[in-house]
Amino acid sequence: MTPRQQRMATVAGILVGVSAAAWLGFQAFKANVMLYYDPSDLAVKMPPPGERFRLGGMVEKGSVEKTSGTLDIQFLVTDFKHTVPVKYSGILPDLFREGQGVVAHGRMKSGTFVADEILAKHDEKYMPPQVAESLKKNPPPPNISAPYESGGT
Amino acid sequence: MIPELGQFALILALVLAGAQAFFGIFGAARNDLRWQAVVRPAVAGQFVLVSTAIGVMVHAFVTFDFSVLYVASNSNSALPTFYRVAALWGAHEGSLLLWAWILAAWTLAVAIASRNLPVSFASRVMGVLGFVSFGFLLFTVATSNPFERIFPVPADGRDLNPVLQDPALAIHPPMLYMGYVGFSVAFAFACAAMLEGKLDQVWARWTRPWTTMAWSFLSVGIALGSWWAYYELGWGGYWFWDPVENASFMPWLVGTALIHSLAATEKRGVFKSWTLLLAILAFSLSLLGTFLVRSGVLTSVHSFAADPTRGLFILGFLIIVIGGALALYAWRAPLLKSPAGFEGTAREAFLLYNNVFLVSAAAMVFVGTLAPLIADALKITPLSVGSPYFDKLFPMLMLPLGALVAIGIHAAWKRGQLGNHRRRILAGFGVAVVFGLTLVYAVYGRGKMLTPLGMVLGIWIIISSLFDPIDRLRRRLTLPRAVLGMTLAHIGLGVGIIAISTVESYSVERDAAIAPGETLALGRYAYRFDSIKPVEGPNYDGVRAEVTVLRDGEPVALLHPEQRNYWVQRSTLTEAGIASGWNMDLFVALSKEVGGGRWSVRAQLRPLIDWVWLSAAFMALGGVLAVSDRRYRVRAVAAEPAVAQGSAAEAT
Repeated sequence: MTPRQQRMATVAGILVGVSAAAWLGFQAFKANVMLYYDPSDLAVKMPPPGERFRLGGMVEKGSVEKTSGTLDIQFLVTDFKHTVPVKYSGILPDLFREGQGVVAHGRMKSGTFVADEILAKHDEKYMPPQVAESLKKNPPPPNISAPYESGGT
Repeated sequence: MIPELGQFALILALVLAGAQAFFGIFGAARNDLRWQAVVRPAVAGQFVLVSTAIGVMVHAFVTFDFSVLYVASNSNSALPTFYRVAALWGAHEGSLLLWAWILAAWTLAVAIASRNLPVSFASRVMGVLGFVSFGFLLFTVATSNPFERIFPVPADGRDLNPVLQDPALAIHPPMLYMGYVGFSVAFAFACAAMLEGKLDQVWARWTRPWTTMAWSFLSVGIALGSWWAYYELGWGGYWFWDPVENASFMPWLVGTALIHSLAATEKRGVFKSWTLLLAILAFSLSLLGTFLVRSGVLTSVHSFAADPTRGLFILGFLIIVIGGALALYAWRAPLLKSPAGFEGTAREAFLLYNNVFLVSAAAMVFVGTLAPLIADALKITPLSVGSPYFDKLFPMLMLPLGALVAIGIHAAWKRGQLGNHRRRILAGFGVAVVFGLTLVYAVYGRGKMLTPLGMVLGIWIIISSLFDPIDRLRRRLTLPRAVLGMTLAHIGLGVGIIAISTVESYSVERDAAIAPGETLALGRYAYRFDSIKPVEGPNYDGVRAEVTVLRDGEPVALLHPEQRNYWVQRSTLTEAGIASGWNMDLFVALSKEVGGGRWSVRAQLRPLIDWVWLSAAFMALGGVLAVSDRRYRVRAVAAEPAVAQGSAAEAT
């Protein structure tokens, strides 16, 4: 091959490599994007069955039910318009509390959200931005204490 | 009165930074030696002033001056002295102060070390650094004054966030900032070269030690943060692809590419404009990291400010710095000519492949980290990118890179002459395959698909790196520190790949609810929950469990996981119990009581996990060794003698 052909071959090789990498990257990206839903979104439109997504809202006061002596827990996530029952088995983040914001990852299974991960954020003033956004859309009734302001010190 | 002195010092430092930028850049442009003579005193003065400000802040913390808002927000009378000092960078304002101080310190080091460089070049470097410093000081003074007072003075402070009360985390931000800010020196060298319109191999030699040093600090900083997350956040694991982690990882990836491309530029004069671009990119990503973490865009433990003006300021600053540098690049880079001509298997080519993979990895992380923010900003549906995205793509980029490292180490400059080293390459590969597969299938048992691949590659890289130094010793040649450092860093890479492959594949993890007296089986190991007792510390109380770990029925370790309640912020914190061994970590975290006298615990076996952090330590140590090499201390400005063609013995 002449040097010119060699250069062209190199360029072609790089192009093929880059496109392949971009395609793989795009596929991986598409497969792992998780959309965010709040209870009102779910009331309007359910995600496709089996799809893993994020559910955010407040843990409804008085809704947490633990099975004594196990890691199983059930509670309701609410945005003060709609509620979704959530089931989880595992260790809860330190800051999981009734009446506070929560984001859970998981799937819907016959009307219940089965969470495989409850988000652990280590600041009690923290509110997942989407939860804050959801609550702005659906302000809580005044008798419920304001969750907590977002942001830090 | 004293806090106002700190603020006053900061404002004076801002003025000096402005002078440093102006007289540095325009003094060099006008070739005015009197203007340029102002630069060094301005650098020294700025360092003294910012140090004064830091000193004032430390004083306020140590003496419990709760009339200072920042102290009142981040300290408490029960906080131990060590953390009162570390609380300085526990939140937004103090972090900026630390950033500014580290920048002043780096600049001072440049001012001292650059006395033998051409005057105009040194002035330009310090001028650019002055500009960066000016931006940060202006930001601090205008939007985030750390010395703001509070009235009425509170009786006590709100305490430092408990998760930050930890030795590793106390030094994590300074290390990280040493890295971030250190890249500003490489950036300034790049800008100065573009302003001069001249970039030669001597330039690369000046730039290399600074860049490598910054990269070493960044490596340590990232590893400390990861280690801290492992034992302090309480859930095991060393990397979560959390946005704040990614924010520090992107500059590291590009910085790694930069130190390699600088090597090619120094030795062979190639990749000049690419090196410049990487230098701009590394610092831009450092700024972006600061922006992402500090602006409140990412809400997490790291984000302190929810103030949009701050975010806008940093964003504006980012645009000016990056945009300005890129414009300069577009204008000047075409002037730089790299002598073409090296073969596809030459060392230059391998460094190029290295760069392609590292920059692709950085781009991949960038997309995954910023896509949610962009979707959010454009008001498209909120989304998040799960860690499987990173877990899948990152090895796809890193494993080929590992193979290229194992082969490329043998390549000579200009002409690869890999044929001469065929035996080394094949022997290394053969030994690696035997060892790696034995380790996988005979010791650990079948794991994930990528595990044997990672294991073989890691061992191959280590063997490949050892050939050259051993060869030198056998032939009684000198072993320069640069070679030693490079070898150590590459061994670190190999160790890291082995460790990650192992821990990803052979970790055992179980969550359970158990009562005192019960035992949790975990492979050959068993965790026996012996007892639980109340515990009290200087500023917290809680419970402390005693867990005996048994191996084949024999006790091997005693763990003490805790669940702490910090009084002032009323937050709960899990303190994991960990027994580290050379080949395995035994880990247990204690969570809440779940009724019936049972407690929820997470028990883990993490083989080789400590080697993940040690690999970063190897890399950092390698970097420091390389920087201490004699050849960087050569004072002469004289041009470099031509490099012997195709000499494989040349150090990188």
